[in-house]
Amino acid sequence: MAMTTTADHARADPHHIGVVIEHPGPAPKRIVTAYGFWVFLLSDIVMFSCFFAAYAVLVGQTAGGPKGAEIFDQRSVAIETVCLLLSSFTCGMASIAADVRNRFWFYLGMTVTCVLGLIFLVLEFREFADLIARGYGPSRSAFLTAFFSLVGCHGLHVSAGVLWLLTMMAQVFAKGFRADVLRRMMCFALFWHALDIIWVGVFSVVYLLGGAP
Amino acid sequence: MSEQTHGMVKHDLAPGEEEQHSVGARVVGYVVGLVLALLLTATSFFIAGTDLVWQPSIPVALIVLAIAQMGVHLVFFLHITTGPDNTNNVLALAFGLLVVFLVVGGTVWIMAHLNANMPPMDQIMRMQ
Repeated sequence: MAMTTTADHARADPHHIGVVIEHPGPAPKRIVTAYGFWVFLLSDIVMFSCFFAAYAVLVGQTAGGPKGAEIFDQRSVAIETVCLLLSSFTCGMASIAADVRNRFWFYLGMTVTCVLGLIFLVLEFREFADLIARGYGPSRSAFLTAFFSLVGCHGLHVSAGVLWLLTMMAQVFAKGFRADVLRRMMCFALFWHALDIIWVGVFSVVYLLGGAP
Repeated sequence: MSEQTHGMVKHDLAPGEEEQHSVGARVVGYVVGLVLALLLTATSFFIAGTDLVWQPSIPVALIVLAIAQMGVHLVFFLHITTGPDNTNNVLALAFGLLVVFLVVGGTVWIMAHLNANMPPMDQIMRMQ
């Protein structure tokens, strides 16, 4: 089998101008960039796992303060979850639009993603402000410290993601679908989907498991 | 060398990249992922607040549903597959998961034993 392909190739190219290189050489920049960003995301997930471990250990240490079941509002968490899920979907639509260089669908997908991300952030901010106003701030108990640091860290990531999203829209507006802009867009989509994966852990472990009476 | 076609070398896929390039097929992939994820989320929220199932099974069910949903996200949104052109991405993921399970599992395990073996604080005070 290998012999016939080599023979065919020799007949088509007798002077070996298009020499078959044995080693593929370095991967295209697109693959190297995305792979490097994937490794960063995994290290970010490892960092979140430390916060999850701290929460799991400290969930019972309420120091006379409120338990999870008394302060969590399942309805608002459900709305936040649906917002992030839908935004992950629209982010996927925007990256498809970027690949086929369709400006309208790209802007539409990114705008919807941005609005859903902002709704998520507003709901989370209201939850935090409400807890602090009732005197259940992060310094109340070890449980609340772990809760605020884990959920707040995810919220900070979403805020950074929204800023990155707006930057990508501005870059596509100013520079068009250039190769470097598309690489950044690819990394942004990876980032946004990874945030959604972390949120799955947050709502399951923090709100549903931690909110059990 | 078996991955060579017409003298061109095929590179691996970047994470997040898909093999097929038709827009319709890609959109369908995202829709399937969204529907599965919504179903799993709804099940989680339903299970957490219901009296219909045996209560001690609820935490296990929630963890299983969460892991299933993370798998759905990885496959349909991040396009991490078991294909030969995805080996690098899967191996990086496998190492990440190893560290995550060591950190979370190890912490919970050790701290639970510490809690169980430590006498309550007032008892320590009396021993001194």
